[in-house]
Amino acid sequence: MPTPLFYLFAVIMLAGGIGIVAMRNPVASAFSMIVSFIGLAALFVGLNAYFVGILQILVYTGAVMVLFLFIIMLLDLKKEEDRETKTPTLLAGIIIPLLLVLQLVAVFQTSDLGDFKPITKDSLIAAEAQLPNDIPADSQIRKELKQGSLPDVNLIGQKLFTEYNFPLQVIGILLLVATVGCVSLSKKLIPKA
Amino acid sequence: MHPSLLLILPLVSAVVIHFFLQQKRASIAALVGTLVTAATLGLSLMLLGSENSTTLFNWIQVGDFKIDIGLKLDQLSTGMMIVVSGIGLLVHVFSLGYMKDDEAKARYFGNLSLFMFSMTGIVLASNFIMMFIFWELVGLSSYLLIGHWYQKDSAADAAKKAFLSNRVGDFGFLIGILMIWGISGSVVFDEMSLTAGTPFLAAAVLLVFCGAIGKSAQLPLHVWLPDAMEGPTPVSALIHAATMVAAGVYMMARFFYSVGIDVIPECSAMTIAWIGGITSLFAALMATQQDDIKKILAYSTLSQLGYMVMAVGLVDPNAGMFHLYTHAWFKALLFLGSGAVIYACHHEQNIWKMGGLLKKMPVTGWTFIIGTLCLTAVPGTSGFFSKEGILHAAHDKSHFLFGIAVVVAALTTFYMFRLIFIAFLGKAKNKHAEHAKEVPLIMGVPLILLAVMALFSPFLGSLIPAVDGFHPHIGIEMNLVTGCSIGAFILGLAGAIVLYKEKESDPLAGNAVMKVFRNKFYFDEFYAKLIKVFQDLVAAVVHFLDEFVINGLVVGGLTRLAQGTGNIFRAKMQTGSLQNYAFLFGAGIILVIYLTVFL
Amino acid sequence: MPTASLTEYLFISGILFSIGLAGVIIRRNIIVIFMCLELMLAAASLTLVAFSRANEVKGLPDYDGQMFVFFVITVAAAEVAVGLAIIVALYRARQTVNTKDLTSLQG
Repeated sequence: MPTPLFYLFAVIMLAGGIGIVAMRNPVASAFSMIVSFIGLAALFVGLNAYFVGILQILVYTGAVMVLFLFIIMLLDLKKEEDRETKTPTLLAGIIIPLLLVLQLVAVFQTSDLGDFKPITKDSLIAAEAQLPNDIPADSQIRKELKQGSLPDVNLIGQKLFTEYNFPLQVIGILLLVATVGCVSLSKKLIPKA
Repeated sequence: MHPSLLLILPLVSAVVIHFFLQQKRASIAALVGTLVTAATLGLSLMLLGSENSTTLFNWIQVGDFKIDIGLKLDQLSTGMMIVVSGIGLLVHVFSLGYMKDDEAKARYFGNLSLFMFSMTGIVLASNFIMMFIFWELVGLSSYLLIGHWYQKDSAADAAKKAFLSNRVGDFGFLIGILMIWGISGSVVFDEMSLTAGTPFLAAAVLLVFCGAIGKSAQLPLHVWLPDAMEGPTPVSALIHAATMVAAGVYMMARFFYSVGIDVIPECSAMTIAWIGGITSLFAALMATQQDDIKKILAYSTLSQLGYMVMAVGLVDPNAGMFHLYTHAWFKALLFLGSGAVIYACHHEQNIWKMGGLLKKMPVTGWTFIIGTLCLTAVPGTSGFFSKEGILHAAHDKSHFLFGIAVVVAALTTFYMFRLIFIAFLGKAKNKHAEHAKEVPLIMGVPLILLAVMALFSPFLGSLIPAVDGFHPHIGIEMNLVTGCSIGAFILGLAGAIVLYKEKESDPLAGNAVMKVFRNKFYFDEFYAKLIKVFQDLVAAVVHFLDEFVINGLVVGGLTRLAQGTGNIFRAKMQTGSLQNYAFLFGAGIILVIYLTVFL
Repeated sequence: MPTASLTEYLFISGILFSIGLAGVIIRRNIIVIFMCLELMLAAASLTLVAFSRANEVKGLPDYDGQMFVFFVITVAAAEVAVGLAIIVALYRARQTVNTKDLTSLQG
């Protein structure tokens, strides 16, 4: 991703994050979060992770944030009344993250991670030749790679249903459990006789 | 006929009676017990004189150490089996009458079978470990039978006392067995022989003798035997007069002959002899002032056991075993006779409330007198021959012990005739004694049979449990020993006639010395005091340790430390506030990153 | 045109994580705290994707990292559903979502 675009989306994302923490109204916080996640999704796309970026928008801004907003409105939450956050808390909330960032900077100072290798048409065509043999010649992956475009979704799908098949099933069960848990939690408590 | 039947039969009988023949079928239980004992006697007679050792099965094998359950048959054990099963059978028969209306007849006969099993085990044991197991088992059956009427506090206490006193002795016994194992490398009697001058042998002998002190009620553990008279009288006859208490003497004889009679160190042998002699003297003195017919006999048993132990200590176990053999018959006779008297007098045991019983109960009376004559060593009776052997042994070794033995003989005559004069002659002093009737046949027959055995046992040489072709000296030759024996008898008889003939109450009752005898030299009181003082002392020390060191410093200190730090954390750190936790959590992460990445 | 380096992505993601942590420490509204948690998860996802892009395997991005992000998003969705259900139940019981009033675990 070109550097100016990167900074643009990074600033959008961080501004959204700060918005979450700074906004008094929970609804405003939720909207800040949407902004933040849109910026994040753009960064994902910039990293050639198109599918994850789309997923981020669909799942988070589409489903999760709606759920948040729904709950906030359901509970009819007002602004926090005693907004004057105590100074020690504020200080702790600033110093601890700051220390973390400082430690991160210190790590970056001593290490050189280098730049990304650019993904170009030629590199993708070259990558096609290195694909494992069990991917058939007439598959979408090979076709698109030969044309010089990245078949992101196809590659993820291929990986998901071969190598990560078992974790996928487990995640399915987890979702089922979560569903059942939500239902049982939302049921009205009937006091025992 | 396999000798193991001797062990199996009583065990089967005990199990069958205890588990299948409860009180409803008590008569069957009694019958089973008696028949099994009769079968045991038959088997013992068949095995008489056989000499071999059989191994029944291998019990423990660790490396080259092994313990077998085996049977050792020789004259010593087969002769002892005749005593055990013979008297056992007569006691069973007597019990059929004596315990006829008892509420727990089945339990009684079951325990009697258990005792027969255990006693057989001691007698036939081929090694010390097996003997020790059965040694404890007779202790158990003795406990059960003394406490047969456990509803009575005195019986329950007596049972406990017997068990605990035996524990003290058995502790030493076990250490002694281990020492012998260490010295000779074997616990099997056949492989135990040692050479003279073996180090630690003297201590080992004395420790093994501790077992005999407990079981044979020698000083200072004699206190349980008189109290054991709380049990049914046939039990006293079988266990606490004829067989179990003699097991100590039997064990010592077996032990002495196994290691070799010549290698026993002089010092330990003399210690044993002196303990026997002193026990015999003290018990005889105590017996002179007892009023309970069974207590008199109990102290008499103590005294005679002292004789036997003295013989063992004088390194003449054969003499001791011969006395054991004759004593078993006449003392069982005396006890069963006293049982018959007690039965006839409606459980009255005080001799001063009896009197004139000879006329009313001629069978009991005359057999009792026969027993008394044997016990007091009237020339020609069994007691005379066996006591003479011991007196000879004492005379050869120590004149002092010989003197004690003669004094004891005189005292024996004195207290036994005191008993005869008060209980069997004179006038009835109580309505129970006045209405006393002769006991039924089933109790009379054992008395007569025992009287026959008491008179003729020395002449049945092949029955005598002894070692190496022992032939008792039968016959009367006038020499110093015989003279002393007869003189002692005459002295004792004269004393009894002068003091007790036709007397209504004890003329010596007020005497201060007699009071000491009557109170058994205050042994019980002394033990009670000793144990109390000792226990209080230990308890005080333990209490201090527990209260201040363990509770105050160790446990209390730890709890206070944990509580204190816990309180600090609870009050200061556990605020329940999510922000605080998040803050601490973040600080922790930073610390971890710092420690892992930057250090 | 120069492209952003891996270090920059990681730095941005670290800042996002710190903002989330700051939110958790500062805010009292439990729903906002929950949002901040999501923010921290998202920061982690960004790191994963950045590394996935940086570690090329045979000319293609290392899709194992994106797989991870996929699972994180799935689990986070389930977590949000359950968490919000718990918050609703909590609100029903206590009539509050302010952590200041939710200190019954105090020692």
